[in-house]
Amino acid sequence: MSTPILWIFVPALMGLVLFFLRRWYRTTVLIGTLTSLVLAIGAILIPINELVHLGPLTFKLSDTLVIFGRRLFLNSQDRPLVILIYILVGFWFSAAFEARAGRMFVPIGLVLVAVWIAALAVEPFLFAALLLELAILLSIPMLSPPGRPPGRGVIRYLIFQTFGMPFILLTGWLLAGVESSPGDTALVTRATILLGFGFIFWLGIFPFHSWLPMMTEEGHPYSISFIFFFLPLMVLLFGLNFLNQYAWLRQSSSVYEALRIGGVIMMLVGGAWAALQSHLGRILGFAILTSTGASLLAISAVPTLELFFAMQIPRALALAVWALGLSVLRKTNWEVVAIHEPDTLAPTSIPKFVPEEAFLFKNIQGMGLRLPLATAAITLATLSFAGYPLLAGFPIFQALWRNLATSAPFVAVLALLGCTGLGIGGLRSLSILVMGLKDSSWHINENWLTATFLIIGILLMISIGLFPHWTLPYAASISNIFSQLKTPSIMP
Amino acid sequence: MPIIIDLLPLIGTLLVITTSFGLLINRDWRWMICLLGIQYIAVAMLTSPSWPLQMSIIKMIAGWMSSAVLGMAIASVAPDRGREDSFWPSGRLFRLLAAIMITAAVLSAVPTIGDLIPDLSTTTLTGGMILISLGLLHLGLTAQPFRISIGLLTLLAGFEIIYASVETSILVAGLLAGVNIGLGLIGAYMITAPELEQEYE
Repeated sequence: MSTPILWIFVPALMGLVLFFLRRWYRTTVLIGTLTSLVLAIGAILIPINELVHLGPLTFKLSDTLVIFGRRLFLNSQDRPLVILIYILVGFWFSAAFEARAGRMFVPIGLVLVAVWIAALAVEPFLFAALLLELAILLSIPMLSPPGRPPGRGVIRYLIFQTFGMPFILLTGWLLAGVESSPGDTALVTRATILLGFGFIFWLGIFPFHSWLPMMTEEGHPYSISFIFFFLPLMVLLFGLNFLNQYAWLRQSSSVYEALRIGGVIMMLVGGAWAALQSHLGRILGFAILTSTGASLLAISAVPTLELFFAMQIPRALALAVWALGLSVLRKTNWEVVAIHEPDTLAPTSIPKFVPEEAFLFKNIQGMGLRLPLATAAITLATLSFAGYPLLAGFPIFQALWRNLATSAPFVAVLALLGCTGLGIGGLRSLSILVMGLKDSSWHINENWLTATFLIIGILLMISIGLFPHWTLPYAASISNIFSQLKTPSIMP
Repeated sequence: MPIIIDLLPLIGTLLVITTSFGLLINRDWRWMICLLGIQYIAVAMLTSPSWPLQMSIIKMIAGWMSSAVLGMAIASVAPDRGREDSFWPSGRLFRLLAAIMITAAVLSAVPTIGDLIPDLSTTTLTGGMILISLGLLHLGLTAQPFRISIGLLTLLAGFEIIYASVETSILVAGLLAGVNIGLGLIGAYMITAPELEQEYE
């Protein structure tokens, strides 16, 4: 038994099994959630490379698995990251049925997590580019469910993400040359440019970001939020591997400068566009863009990764709560269409539901009065994303702004403007959602389970905002994986 | 026999030019699938100077599998879908002219790019670059899942030809074959998705 078998092959196999059991939706969600949580608990309890006595059973969990002469390697240092990933996956899966994320969400989600962890574990780490591309291909059925033609956003996503892989693989080849002759500036420049292009395509950095709001406009918010929390995280971890591995890259000030420029442009563009949208899905898309920008800024602001890892828990929480709130709205919209068009409810037919129109401001006007918990979740999650006080995102953004203010004040102002734009988008959404007739009254129409998930999510967002020391130091400790990028603590 | 082996890259490049032009201009999915299959024979020919023959053949087989999957998907959706005959050949003429211009640009750029990858012969590099650029052109001209899949497969085939000269790992070959087959499967899914049963949420 080895760690790659436990945390890569077991979930992949479970995902395959659940794919064939997807007819039983609730069961697959339950099994998927339990699998993720059991794997997280296993990562907490089972020691690596030591004998484990489990009743009459004695085994040793080794940290390496060799495949085709290359190895998958997950050791004790990777353990906090694996725990965090599986806890977040379990958290996301738990509300998948309430969000009606689709029958393929959990099976494909488990296989995706397995492939992402394989991408973290594979050595040499450059092969991760191919695994990330496989994960992108696997994510398509989740993002474009059966019964509808694939949207423009999904097609663009596939194209742009596939463009990224060749750049990264070619960079890998050039880096071997750079290592042998680090003084060759032309080679270093070429490698840096290729690497930059690879990450620009993968992260959807401006101006290659158009697919993201398109996808959040067309697709299911819950599936999209799952993919676009983990995908940028995995791509950034892969990018951090480059910095950790190559001293010339790590010591180059222009790399950090490029990250800072890319990050602030994403924050500014995301925030400005989010403020102007009249579609809740598109606001989510631009918020994801803003958060990726914030991640880049967190890496570049000071050469430490504590801030970057610390921002992942609030980001995941806000994204999942936001997506659940949107899913409740979408589900209600679907039901409204079904009620108003009874002819389409024939057994062979389906309601005429246009996903792109589900979150248009004109179609959600006043829905907050019927769905107050979902409205609160959407608003608070947006504000948490924008770093508003008392919410989960605030301690992180405060640390980010503080660090930027000393190192690059102009960038700090622009980042703050991006956050303000996103906040305006959130407040505009709130005003539309609660707009209603004079005699309209508030009623909680969410079912008890959905309401429970939403309330827990909202309380967690507020709790982490008020007591950041509960979770953030743990997340920040993950930065130990990148031993070459260690620096003194900058957490508040 | 050695003469034939030496000629493989040249034959491969000529085949690649023919097939990629054909894929761009043709409108009948049957012809397109055939051309894609032939294109992968050319890819195997172009990677054969860098890789052992059996590894080059992996590329061909993976490509054929992708072509077959795409062909089955488009055939199952509608027998005559993809055959968009039109009286006026203006669209084809535009595509042909664009392809000629891009090929000319590639031919003029190959010596410069060749300096960056000294291990690769000019003929092989030409084949790879033509596939990459015409794959990009293909992607820029369409929004149909079938053509998008073919464009991406063409682009990746071009990249693989160039990458084969710098990376000879079996795992990479296997993973790239996996990506090719995955692209074929995803293309097939995107083609057939509208016909599949919709999930009521």
